[in-house]
Amino acid sequence: MSQTDTLIIAGRSLGSRLFLGTAGYPNQQVMLDALAASGSELVTLAIRRISLDGYSESLVDVLARATAGRPTGPVGLLPNTAGCMTAKEAVLTAQLSREALDTPWIKLEVIGDRELLYPDVEELLRATEELVNDGFVVLPYCNDDPVTCRKLADLGAAAVMPLGAFIGSGMGIRNPHAIETICARSPVPVVLDAGIGTASDAALAMELGCAAVLLNTAVSKARDPVRMAAAMRDAVSAGRSAHLAGRMPMRAQAEPSSPQMGLIGS
Amino acid sequence: MSAVLRVNGREEPLSAASVAEFLAGRGIAEGAPGVAVALNGAVVPRRLWPETPLQPGDSLEIVRPIQGG
Repeated sequence: MSQTDTLIIAGRSLGSRLFLGTAGYPNQQVMLDALAASGSELVTLAIRRISLDGYSESLVDVLARATAGRPTGPVGLLPNTAGCMTAKEAVLTAQLSREALDTPWIKLEVIGDRELLYPDVEELLRATEELVNDGFVVLPYCNDDPVTCRKLADLGAAAVMPLGAFIGSGMGIRNPHAIETICARSPVPVVLDAGIGTASDAALAMELGCAAVLLNTAVSKARDPVRMAAAMRDAVSAGRSAHLAGRMPMRAQAEPSSPQMGLIGS
Repeated sequence: MSAVLRVNGREEPLSAASVAEFLAGRGIAEGAPGVAVALNGAVVPRRLWPETPLQPGDSLEIVRPIQGG
C-alpha cells in the first residue's frame, strides 16, 4: 500500500486505521498482546470513579510502558464518555478525562437507552457543540444516519462514528447502504464504531469508504483475541486497499473471463 | 449532626480542609497519574487542589481512566 495513505484527524497522523478498545479481555497481558498484534495507534478508555480502597497500577502507565518502544511512539489515548445519558454528564466526563489524561480527544457517547446503548441524538448534538466550543477534539458515536452525521460535522466534530450495529452485538454492518452514503457525503472522516463481529465486517466497513474502524468486543471476546487482532489489522488494510482500488461493476449475468475464440470442438 | 462530604456518591464525615489534603489522606499524591477531580460538578485542575477548600455538603468526584471500548 502507498506510504502516503495516512489517516489524519484534527491534524494528527495515524498510520493504522484500526482503533482498539481495551475492555473485556481475559487479562491485561492478552489485551497488550492484542494491541501489539492489531498495530493500532489509538485505544479507547473509560473514565470511572476511583476505588479509594487500595492502589492499583494506572492503565495509562501500563499502556505507555508497553508501547514506548514503538517507532510511532506510545499508543494514543481516546477516552470515552460511555454510560453518559445527558449532555451535562458527558461534558463533565470529557472535562475530567482531559484533566486526567491531558488530551482534548474524546469519544463522545451519549446514550438514550441503557439496554440498547443507542445514541440520544438531541443530547449528542448538544454535547458536541459544547465540547467543540471548549476546545475538544470530538469524535461522536452516532446513528447510521446521514443527517445526524452532517449535523455533527457542521458543529465541528473532528470525525463521525456511526454504529454498524448495537454496541457489543457483533452483528456486523446492518445497513451498509447508509454507511456508504454517509462516507460519500461526510466532510470529516467516518469511523465505523460498534457492531463489528469478525474480520469481514471490518473489511466491508473500509470498502464502503470508512476512514477507520473502532472495535473492541470482536477482539476481546474472540476465542483467540491476539489472533483476531491480527486478522482485524489485515482486514482493515485489505478493505482500505480494495476501496482505493475501486471494485469492478456488479453484473446480473455471467461474463466469461476466458477468451471465447479458439474453443476446442467449435 | 457533624459535617459531611459526599465522595463518589457516598457520604462520609468531612475530615479534610482542602481537596489536596483529602486526596493525600487516601494515598493520592498531587502527581498521581491519571487522576482527575470535580467538586460540585466542576473540574478542579490539579494545580488548584491545595488551595481548593472543602465545605460541609460538598460533593467530590474522583476519577481515573480504566479499560473501555
